[in-house]
Amino acid sequence: MLTRFRRIAGAFTVVRWAALAFVLLLVVLSVLAPIVVPVDPLAQDVANRLLPPGAPGHLLGTDEYGRDVLARILNGARVELLIAFGASAVAAVLGSLLGLVGGYFGGVAEFLTMRLVSDVLLAFPPVILALLIVTIYGPGEWTLIAVMGILFAPGFARIVYGQTLSVKRLEYVDAAKAFGARTSTALFRVVLPNVTAPIIVQFSLVMASAILLESGLSYLGLGVVAPAPSWGGMVASGQRYMGNDPSTILVPSIVVVFTILSFGLLADALRDLLDPRARKGSHA
Amino acid sequence: MPEKLIPTDPTPSASTAVLRVRDLSVEFGSGTDWKAVTHDVSFDVRAGETVALVGESGSGKSVTAMSVLDLLPGNARRRGTIELSGEDLIRTGAARMRAVRGSEVGVVFQEPMTALNPVYTIGTQLRDVLRAHGRLSRSEADRRALDLLRLVNLPDPERRLGQYPHQLSGGQRQRAMIAMAISGDPKLLIADEPTTALDVTAQAEILDLLLDLQAQLDMALLLITHDMGVVADMATHVVVMKDGRVVEDAPTARLFAAPEHAYTRELLDSVPFLGRSEIVERQPTVSISVVEPDVPEAMSDEAGDAVLEVRDLVIRYPGRFGEKPFVAVDHVDLRVGRGDVVGLVGESGSGKSTIGRAAIGLVPVTSGSIRVADVDLASATRTQMRSVRREASIVFQDPASSLDPRATIGASIAAPLRWNDVEKDARVRTERARELLELVRLPADWVDRYPHELSGGQRQRVGIARALAVRPSVLIADEPTSALDVSVQASVLRLLLELQAELGFSCLFISHDLSVVERLATRVVVLNRGRVEEQGDTRQILHHPREEYTRRLIQAVPVPDPVVQADRRRLRLEEATAS
Repeated sequence: MLTRFRRIAGAFTVVRWAALAFVLLLVVLSVLAPIVVPVDPLAQDVANRLLPPGAPGHLLGTDEYGRDVLARILNGARVELLIAFGASAVAAVLGSLLGLVGGYFGGVAEFLTMRLVSDVLLAFPPVILALLIVTIYGPGEWTLIAVMGILFAPGFARIVYGQTLSVKRLEYVDAAKAFGARTSTALFRVVLPNVTAPIIVQFSLVMASAILLESGLSYLGLGVVAPAPSWGGMVASGQRYMGNDPSTILVPSIVVVFTILSFGLLADALRDLLDPRARKGSHA
Repeated sequence: MPEKLIPTDPTPSASTAVLRVRDLSVEFGSGTDWKAVTHDVSFDVRAGETVALVGESGSGKSVTAMSVLDLLPGNARRRGTIELSGEDLIRTGAARMRAVRGSEVGVVFQEPMTALNPVYTIGTQLRDVLRAHGRLSRSEADRRALDLLRLVNLPDPERRLGQYPHQLSGGQRQRAMIAMAISGDPKLLIADEPTTALDVTAQAEILDLLLDLQAQLDMALLLITHDMGVVADMATHVVVMKDGRVVEDAPTARLFAAPEHAYTRELLDSVPFLGRSEIVERQPTVSISVVEPDVPEAMSDEAGDAVLEVRDLVIRYPGRFGEKPFVAVDHVDLRVGRGDVVGLVGESGSGKSTIGRAAIGLVPVTSGSIRVADVDLASATRTQMRSVRREASIVFQDPASSLDPRATIGASIAAPLRWNDVEKDARVRTERARELLELVRLPADWVDRYPHELSGGQRQRVGIARALAVRPSVLIADEPTSALDVSVQASVLRLLLELQAELGFSCLFISHDLSVVERLATRVVVLNRGRVEEQGDTRQILHHPREEYTRRLIQAVPVPDPVVQADRRRLRLEEATAS
């Protein structure tokens, strides 16, 4: 127990602790948004439009329709994190499955999973593919989760494929077969648990990428549908008032930057934490 | 260890020592946090002498040897003195150290495959070493490289110069490595387990070569090994290490005749000694005296019902484009009767592990048959395989890699019960795992531990417990002790014997170590390049072999007795000069 605590402490620097704190704060605040800021993020108040941050009753000011920016950031965060998490989860499941099957069976299965699906997807420019699908199916949360889930799957597939290739040659996989494990058991109960560490690290990185892409699509009006709050949408509308009120564009931009940075730092921490070489006493 | 057995200066004539190590402590760490792995190690290596540094893994023998040339990792520091012909190597500069390495002290590493650079030819690597130390022209270096390869008796040396490490056999690679090590005409040659990665026959040749070179070049030899047989064969002086300390330092003859320290005695006792261990007497197995007419001649002396029967087995691995398929097992017949322990011996590449893996269904059969519990594995259906898995089970060579690192040992042990639908209730399975742990003399409440929390010997006990979970009628043991230290090896073998007597399972014991097989097996099958050379009663095969190959195999095993080894070497050399 003590050694585990030490290991965690070793993987986290001050900056990484700050990143973890930021992400946790964001999650808690976005879930509790209606309590923290009991203001409807859609309620317009044209008389008090474009208030600067620090205005009474509006901690981060108001936008061009007089809507509270803090309420919009936090409610936006909830959608943002849900979409990013959903997309990463879909990508992780899809990609891991492709990588596992391709790596474990090889041959035709490898061609189908890694070449035909994964490599073809990687060859598409992501934004163009996203634009295409959103244009066909219309914008919205579910479309975004599906699109980004598919887009980020090859990243997982490649990592899991490589890991599976090396793990499947290890003797404990042979041992499992020798002791009667069915193929599905060997695949999901023996190989999969031994390739989870890089999946978790990749998950954190994909969260960051998903937030960035979602903001980009919302900025283009292809993500979350206005007037529902989204960070990308806020940047887009703030752009028009950049000259007289820079806070409308700065606040959501800064939030996006810090969120992505935090997930990146968390990925680094997780990588150090889960790296078997960093685990002391494992090969005594 | 309070007693100090070593006099601070074991030899008054220390001036003749090529290497003089005094109070050497190697510490790992950084800043103020240093942990010593060796403590006050002292010994001498005199000119023309072979000193063996012996110990089990973790004893600090390799660290001590590598510290002579400062080949330790960056987080290590040395305290004490290491003198090479009077020059202190600890306090010497990096440039001088580079000159010492290779030209005054040569090193041979354990695994020539990884110690040689795979992307350069033998000639290039040898030339580079030569030119790094002497001012040789290209053509001079070429000539010298060729001379060196001749000196180490590498066959066809002109062609070898242009070959890459992977084109050579293990023994040949080690010869090339030795050629490199002696290229600078060193005063001292350090050989770190030089034959551990090799087969016994290759080992004997390399050891002969090292002794021959030592005499020719008048070198001192520091040999690091865990094998008491090799020690008896080679050394004039032995330094025994345990837990980073020297526990005994004596001339070889005296050490073997009258070991002083308890640990040395324990080490010598646990070494299986080919030709000296009593063949285990077992209760007579149930035998039916009817000899089936179609049983091949070689096995007809063995009657009774077979638990595992291999007939005319061929296993071929398909070759890549344009290559011939590799025949790993070539028309092999063997049988394991009920209650029998059959030893399957051979060198690497003889196909012995392939047979073991085929018997458990891991390797497909090309032709012939393997029958386990009246099911032919070559044509078994899925359901039939299921019943085979309850009858036949396997213990793998390396418990560190054959146990799932992410599964608790309880889960690993109970897995065969779960996967073969023997026991559906998870609580009952855990209870069984606890019983099995006790069966292999481990605490029952270790079910929740992970493999990395256990030592090598403990892990192998877990491997055995897992293999016994389904109560198999035949156990395939694939070199179950070769990844373990000798003292641990002895206790694991004893456990296997006891369990075999207690539970009465049959066993196909695969090993390259004839002395281990002698202790365990009632019958022996000798394999060579996928074919059976001979098979029969253990005593008969190992003491009165019919085949030349078996005889050579037995002769090549170094036994822990300096007198026997000296005799053997004399015979071998006489034979060589006579022919």
